[in-house]
Amino acid sequence: MSTTTQSSGRLRRRTEGDNALGAWLLAGPMAIVLTIFLVVPIAMLIVVSFLDYNSVQILWSFVLQNYQDALTSVVTWKTFGVTIEYAVITWVIAVSLGFWIAYFLAFEVRSTTWQMALFLLCSVPFLTSNIIRTISWIPALGRNGIVNTLLLHLHVIHQPLTFLLYSKFAIILAFVHLDTLFMITPIFNSMMRIDRTLIEAARDNGAGFWRTILNVILPLSKSGIGIGTIFVITLVMGDFVSVSIMGGGQSASVGIMIQNEISLLQYPAAAANSVILLAIVLLMVFLILRVIDIRKEL
Amino acid sequence: MGGERRGLAFYLLAVLFAVFVLFLYGPIATIVILSFQGPNGGLTFPMNGVSLHWFHALFQQQMVGDFGGAVTRSIMLALMVMVANVVLAVAGGMAFRRRFRGATLLFYLVIASLIVPSLLVSLGIGLFFSQLGVDPAWYSSAFGAQLTWTLPFGLLIMFAVFNRFNKSWEEAARDLGAGPWRSFQHVVLPIILPGVVGIALFGFSLSYDEFPRTMMTAGDSNTLPLEVFAMTANVTTPVIYALGTLTTGFSALIIVAALTTMAVLRKRRLARAI
Repeated sequence: MSTTTQSSGRLRRRTEGDNALGAWLLAGPMAIVLTIFLVVPIAMLIVVSFLDYNSVQILWSFVLQNYQDALTSVVTWKTFGVTIEYAVITWVIAVSLGFWIAYFLAFEVRSTTWQMALFLLCSVPFLTSNIIRTISWIPALGRNGIVNTLLLHLHVIHQPLTFLLYSKFAIILAFVHLDTLFMITPIFNSMMRIDRTLIEAARDNGAGFWRTILNVILPLSKSGIGIGTIFVITLVMGDFVSVSIMGGGQSASVGIMIQNEISLLQYPAAAANSVILLAIVLLMVFLILRVIDIRKEL
Repeated sequence: MGGERRGLAFYLLAVLFAVFVLFLYGPIATIVILSFQGPNGGLTFPMNGVSLHWFHALFQQQMVGDFGGAVTRSIMLALMVMVANVVLAVAGGMAFRRRFRGATLLFYLVIASLIVPSLLVSLGIGLFFSQLGVDPAWYSSAFGAQLTWTLPFGLLIMFAVFNRFNKSWEEAARDLGAGPWRSFQHVVLPIILPGVVGIALFGFSLSYDEFPRTMMTAGDSNTLPLEVFAMTANVTTPVIYALGTLTTGFSALIIVAALTTMAVLRKRRLARAI
């Protein structure tokens, strides 16, 4: 008996050793791809942000000029400010919309088939082109667009509204349109894990609709809200496609500023702004993780 | 709970949901309709006749550059990303079922890959390649750049799949003398196959439509999203809607094909289980 246990113990130990090696053989290719195409490029970005440049090329000498230029420019501060503003407004709308949509799917729709079908309906657009989805707002919002025509027809307004397109309104609309799914999915996922008996218990103890939501569902969906928040914030902060299409070339964002510097071949300046952007995004993620523990979702 | 009467909340939220779906699909529906504008029609309603004029124009237009080439490159690249995404994400998913040194670090790296803004990944890879003296190209730098976006989704899908995976099947295979590869091939793979199709779908679709990560990494030859973005700046006719209709239709076709395959696979497995 004791020999069997011993040998099986040895066997287990050997398979565990094989396992670790096997696991690295399996995970290795992914680790290599992410090292070459994520870790090294970001390191490169940081290095280049400290290099000098002239009008044609990067010069390999260490300077702090790029950061000095960025941090002493009022335009840069304003651009970062407006980008954070986009992120915050989009977040407020996405989280309110996302919470109720997810709540509807998770608790009000009762058949699993319908839940999955309706969830799919929300997520399919994610797999189509963001650029096309953004452009598709133009016929609705333009000066002679659907919204203006309709409102004029109904005599709600007497002159076409001009703030609908190429404006902050249009930019936020596009962000909400593209990114709310990133809020719905993790919240829906957290809500589906909530033990249904807890809600029955709350009801049995006399909690109404709002008290059940505030005291049971909301706290238990917090990690989903946290993940969704990280997604929405990082997507908006790094965007330049939506802002350039919906802003009509007049609106600023950090992404557009970096993009402009790239087209002027000012790579070290673009890299410095990129590093500042990355630092702000990581700080935001850090703060979200301080408020909300998302580990139980992972 | 099933027999309970629907409350007011259900009806209000159902309306909200319907409005949200309309908000999601309405705009794309309008450009599909407007892409059939008559030859004198503009970018918005009213429809000035109905024609296929703008679809013809799309294929005749030479000024946008190498349009056919862009489509071919985008599809080739999407197929490459799809295959690599499936292989790397499934292998990675298998690895994460065990504890191994560095697993947490690798996991954080995968999550970082989702969080770092695409523009920065694109710029970083562009700088890296130019400093190496290697010309960026769609099949090298853009391929890697897109994988940094598709792999995290692939791995998270694998996590979801293995969360519901019953290990006893695999143990049974091992007890019957199957080696790791045979038990993967005959036991694990058939069970996770619908999830694998999902990973393939994400790999293909996200690559096919990817713009920011491709922008600085595609080199001299454009992919389709780069052509489309260039068109947004200087095309003022419904030809851009025709392009939108075609490319969205193509994406929809891929999605439907993948979902049908997943449904068939699931049904077949259930039938076999009985």
